[in-house]
Amino acid sequence: MSVVHGLQVNVSQDGPIPLAASFTCAPGEVLALVGPSGSGKSTILRCIAGTYRPQHGSIRVNGETWFSAPGGVYLPPHRRAVGMVFQSYALFPHMTALGNVMAALGHVPAKDREERARSFLEMVHLAGLEQRRPAELSGGQQQRVALARALAREPKVLLLDEPFSAVDKATRQRLYREIAELRRGLNIPVVLVTHDLDEAVMLADRMAVLHRGRTLQTGTPEDVTNRPASAEVARLVGLRNVFAGEVAARDSSGCLIITWAGLNLETAQRLDLSTGQAISWVIPDGFVILHRRDRPSRGEHENPVPGIIESVLPIGQIAHLTLRPNHDPDLPIHFSVPLHVARRNGVEPGVAATVSLLAEGIHIMPEVVSGKPSAGG
Amino acid sequence: MDWVALSLSLRLAVMTVLVLLPIGIFAGRALAYHQFRGKGLVEALVALPLVLPPTVLGYYLLVAFGTASPIGQVWHAVFGSQLVFSFEGLLIASVIFNLPFAIQPMQRSFEAIPPEVRDAAACCGMSPPTALAKVELPLAWPGILTAMVLSFAHTLGEFGIVLMVGGSIPGETKTIAIAIYDRVQAFDDVAAGRMSALLLAISLATIGLTYTLSRRVGRRLG
Repeated sequence: MSVVHGLQVNVSQDGPIPLAASFTCAPGEVLALVGPSGSGKSTILRCIAGTYRPQHGSIRVNGETWFSAPGGVYLPPHRRAVGMVFQSYALFPHMTALGNVMAALGHVPAKDREERARSFLEMVHLAGLEQRRPAELSGGQQQRVALARALAREPKVLLLDEPFSAVDKATRQRLYREIAELRRGLNIPVVLVTHDLDEAVMLADRMAVLHRGRTLQTGTPEDVTNRPASAEVARLVGLRNVFAGEVAARDSSGCLIITWAGLNLETAQRLDLSTGQAISWVIPDGFVILHRRDRPSRGEHENPVPGIIESVLPIGQIAHLTLRPNHDPDLPIHFSVPLHVARRNGVEPGVAATVSLLAEGIHIMPEVVSGKPSAGG
Repeated sequence: MDWVALSLSLRLAVMTVLVLLPIGIFAGRALAYHQFRGKGLVEALVALPLVLPPTVLGYYLLVAFGTASPIGQVWHAVFGSQLVFSFEGLLIASVIFNLPFAIQPMQRSFEAIPPEVRDAAACCGMSPPTALAKVELPLAWPGILTAMVLSFAHTLGEFGIVLMVGGSIPGETKTIAIAIYDRVQAFDDVAAGRMSALLLAISLATIGLTYTLSRRVGRRLG
């Protein structure tokens, strides 16, 4: 394989933890590994760090081989230049903040370590707390020490394992901003593990969706959340309006028209599919538009779907609604509107309402069977 | 007061602890971190001296160390002396019957180190020996200290095995515990009482010291 900059991961095994992950991460790029708990995210991170040895595959960083099952190469973790921030921070409890950072500076001459460690602590805004032990620091401060320690290693890859899960919301928001700022100065691949989709969307350039150790799709957050590669990915990224259908026809401009339980829907997609082919399709919440109830639809809207509102769940200023369509009440559509819109329209359980499924939001996935992975790009 | 017996006991206890320290760290750490076939059996064997009557263990050691046994013969060939009824034999027996007191607390304290903290040490670039010295030993320290004190106090007071393997040779194998028994047999209640009180004080002091120290360490790590 030619020398490629950045991180190339390709690991697989059947058990005890099934893995079939393959992705790359360029220098300066943040890649988020997302998936439910138990999807193998952390195990993949441990494969990169070297604290877990998979059975097959290879891991290369800037052309240097850290792991290669066929080549019998396995660099132990202390010989890989990785910076790792653990979910629990994993600070050394018997050392001060300064000591923790200095512990990662073994590659620096002893006389320069303290000064270097101080500058890393300053970088994460912890100047003045050098002599505190982890037990005397808040969760957010411990997190920063962990980050400073990871960066002090001068890593070729930075690994973040659910780094924000244990801090409160306000601290988390601040850390997001700091990480976003920090990464601009880092020209190394950054791999972030998270089960929080919003976090991935906010921080990552690209994300890889994992399920049972398998990378189902890799792409920009927008790509993955709006154009999932399969019904399974759609569900994993929290899209609930995933339905089965079939290709009905093609309109004059070449866009597909699909049938959904007898109802024809226009789409904006020009996929190469033949009429009658079974498909899955998905529409993100944001593309479901509620019609005004005081001015009934005269059919000027795209893909009108009349039905009965089943539930109204206000969360903050947003009302989460479920509509049972008249043509098949077993296929509920989930969407949300601002709470005041729901109020003004008199939307409550049991009332009739019509929504439009915007054609541009309908995303067609050629496969129907869920559970079958498809490689994304 | 039998000062010879007391100094012999202290010498035996100190040397037992010194021999057990590396053994306990190695075995305790291995049992804490590694899963292997037969681990349960090894743990059971380590714990065996806790429940086995000292005289039974002493009997087997006596047989194993005797001049008729291979171990005894090898010892005789190498050192030109016999292993039973000698200080060296007593030391080996003492190390064996103290295995659970040394290994178990150390194993627990290595187990108590979160795996991520050990991973973090490796991710910081520490080689395994460096990680042991800089991270594991400082964190396992309370357990190691407990193990050392328990072994020390236990050696000081052991009676059955010492009598079986060592006999009661003054200056060689006659420990303070045996001296106390000796004095009681001779109706010398004053001497027996003094030595018992001294042993009680030493045991209390060592145990008290461990509790204080490990509480201090616990606070520091808290």
